[in-house]
Amino acid sequence: MVNFRQFLRKFYLGLIILFLYAPILVLVVLSFNRSKSRSKWGGFTMKWYSSMFENETIMLALRDTLLIAILSAFLATLLGTASAIAINHMRKVPRAIMLGITNIPMLNAEIVTGISLMLLFLALDLNLGFFTVLLSHIAFNVPYVILSVMPKLAQTNQSTYEAALDLGATPLKAFFSVVFPDIFPGVLSGFLLAFTLSLDDFIITHFTRGATVNTLSTLIYSETRKGIKPEMYALSTLLFVGVLLLLIFVNRLGKNEKEVKN
Amino acid sequence: MKNKNLIDKLTHPVGLFLAGSLIVTSTFTMAGCGNEDDEIPFTLEATGDYKAGDNGEIYVYNWGEYIDERVIDIFEKDTGIKVYYNYFEENEDMYPIVATGAAKYDVVCPSDYMIQKMIGEDLLLPLNYENIPNISNIDPEYLKSAENFDPGNLYSVPYCWGTVGILYNKTMVDEPIDSWGVLFDEKYSQEILMINSVRDAFMIALTYLGYSQNTTNEAELDEALALLQKQYPLVQGYFVDQVRDKMIGGEAAIGVIYSGEAIYTQRENEDLVYVVPKEGSNVWIDGWVIPKTAQNKENAEAWINFCCRADVALANFNYITYSTPNKAARELITDEEIRNSEIAFPSSEVLNRCETFRYLGEEAEAMYLNKWNQRGNQ
Amino acid sequence: MKQKNTILLSTPYGLWMIGFTIIPLLMILYYGLTGRDGGFTFENLKLIATEENLKALWLSIRLSLLSTLLCLIIAYPLAMILRNTKFKNSRFMVMLFIMPMWMNSLLRIIAWQNILERKGVLNTFLEFLHLPALNIINSPAAIVLGMVYDFLPFMILPLYNTLVKIDENVIHAAHDLGANNFHTFTKIIFPLSIPGVISGITMVFVPSLTTFVISDILGGSKVLLIGNIIEQQFQKLNNWHSGSGLSLVLMVFVLISMALVGKYDKGEGSANVW
Repeated sequence: MVNFRQFLRKFYLGLIILFLYAPILVLVVLSFNRSKSRSKWGGFTMKWYSSMFENETIMLALRDTLLIAILSAFLATLLGTASAIAINHMRKVPRAIMLGITNIPMLNAEIVTGISLMLLFLALDLNLGFFTVLLSHIAFNVPYVILSVMPKLAQTNQSTYEAALDLGATPLKAFFSVVFPDIFPGVLSGFLLAFTLSLDDFIITHFTRGATVNTLSTLIYSETRKGIKPEMYALSTLLFVGVLLLLIFVNRLGKNEKEVKN
Repeated sequence: MKNKNLIDKLTHPVGLFLAGSLIVTSTFTMAGCGNEDDEIPFTLEATGDYKAGDNGEIYVYNWGEYIDERVIDIFEKDTGIKVYYNYFEENEDMYPIVATGAAKYDVVCPSDYMIQKMIGEDLLLPLNYENIPNISNIDPEYLKSAENFDPGNLYSVPYCWGTVGILYNKTMVDEPIDSWGVLFDEKYSQEILMINSVRDAFMIALTYLGYSQNTTNEAELDEALALLQKQYPLVQGYFVDQVRDKMIGGEAAIGVIYSGEAIYTQRENEDLVYVVPKEGSNVWIDGWVIPKTAQNKENAEAWINFCCRADVALANFNYITYSTPNKAARELITDEEIRNSEIAFPSSEVLNRCETFRYLGEEAEAMYLNKWNQRGNQ
Repeated sequence: MKQKNTILLSTPYGLWMIGFTIIPLLMILYYGLTGRDGGFTFENLKLIATEENLKALWLSIRLSLLSTLLCLIIAYPLAMILRNTKFKNSRFMVMLFIMPMWMNSLLRIIAWQNILERKGVLNTFLEFLHLPALNIINSPAAIVLGMVYDFLPFMILPLYNTLVKIDENVIHAAHDLGANNFHTFTKIIFPLSIPGVISGITMVFVPSLTTFVISDILGGSKVLLIGNIIEQQFQKLNNWHSGSGLSLVLMVFVLISMALVGKYDKGEGSANVW
């Protein structure tokens, strides 16, 4: 009975993993396709993997994409976590107002956010480029961080924090030793969501990037009329495999440490 | 216990990954193993004819995948001008960026109706043809067509052009196709890929009914809409970019497509046939223009001149397969079949029954869009 | 002391909000309530009342609700399994469900097209097994599938995060007091997970309401969603006034629906107050 339940659980996990990874497998296969068409198998080739590295536009876009994603996720997490804590301490009415306004960028269609940010930057006479894209990405990421952190804050026990203060800890120390470990999973998932959204954004980047910055998403969208370059499949595959290996490696590392401790 | 191991293996990500890859690869038909000769030889060299002006840099804004990027290097070598090359997806994506000056591009490549709109809104600079001597390579016939949206060719130089037509899979239809009528024929229910572009879709219905594709007469548009509504249940889907791959994969018997894509689709699937229907169609032109916000006008003109060079135009034609208005480039095409291709270079008999789009103004464009959105109302 | 800290912490974000939320919102309000001539008008808001726009709004709401519900139904058991199964490395397992999102979503949606098409991967596979073909491409069903696919991880993360925090002792106590599994779930686990449920619902429902790429590619544009209509106003007509007006209407709808969700949220400090 227990085994059967165990089986059902694993089966369910496997099913969802299959659902989430099926299209990725298709993309991996397409990265080895000699034909540029997605609906014809033209034979096996590795040429997209080499031509990708020779393409300066793609490499620069890759660099900027990663830089913007990491920086914006980090800064949005910082800002979002601090704000979530502040909001959590507020009385009911100001809290409701703050949270209400926070959610507005999420409610807007992306194109609305993109155009209004563009107009804002132009009104401020900022040169559109890396910096404005970064600001925009932080702007649409912050609400997601707050949404991830707030439920965790709701679960933390306020009295432990106060107890720490009573025992003479500075607020900062009390926060990092008592509250932060509790909300860390929320902070981490906020960071992950922000990173993910930033990687994927096309529309807001399009309106705020000026003439000098490209991200992988803006490249991919501009290619749709003439067909996606297979180099994009190859690059995505490499990135994906890279992240997977990194995860497995970190995971192994963590496991070994545990074994040593035991 | 043994069972549990198996489950572990099955749910292990890597195992799953491998199993999945196997399934996916095995479902692709291993048709032919492709040959290496799909690369077109590239022999272009710098000539050193040009001088760098202004700041020694240029910002170019073009459609994605709409140039053989190797010619950009040649231009840089030739002129010493550093090129910042950027892509857009649609005329409508490009427009607000250029109109608001969000990015200051020196040279942009919009389509006919958009050029007309930008001229009308005073967003473009007139060209100095003294800096563009290679204009003589452009077939006067296309310069004349371009006067439909740019009278006197003051603001634009044609870069690529093409027609809109029907692409059909000859193994899936049992008659020769030469009319827009097949798109409204119940026999092909669920086998039709209609174009998801307001003006193009109405162009088809209007042309089929014998009206002008630039009409603003509401009664004519309503008649066209009735036809499109009748067509709605027959259509598999409305697409623009996806028609190419869907037709190559045999997803549908009939699709509407731009001529430039037709040559490519035929390379990938030889059952496909492209035809410009007998009722007539749309002929479109994309051209280089210089926005008012340009910082390097002379460099932009050097770029336009460079793009008009016969060998450069040829390299671009080979790469993107969209028709070139450059007659000197056409003469350089060695493959006779392509040089005389009715798809890439239709006869004047075909062109005479085609029209170009004109920009109809905000109100008319909104009316077209409103009606287009009613296609699903029965 | 506490109050001072709150002010200190909230000031940067307050300023940020004014710059990047309130000012853009005012601009949308301005555009939405003016015509192209600059005069004040309600015309842009009234655009929603045409037959096809109302139809699009209604369909968007139905499809988004359906995908949110499906995401919840799929993600809840998953999060419970992740919580209950003592994996040696639960973080790694959770990451497995996030990683697919690091591939560009347009590429992944195009890949779904490859899978779902008439002669696609799935039908080739079904044919191999002598099963009937599945024809959902270019239908609302394909759109819902795309939405569930695209937004599922947004549901999994907050659910898992709240569920994993529930104290095991509370559950044991419930069992000791004679509650069966069903009662433990409905009386203890589910109520405690509500903040996560609401975060998840918000993060799935709202983006799926404004999406237009999925309906273009997987739905074959046979049906129009409100996201398509707004996008058309901006992209095809370059009319920021009508586009902003429609966005305002959509925003109001989202606010109302989130308020309805918020009613079920009695817990202090939840992520949402609508």
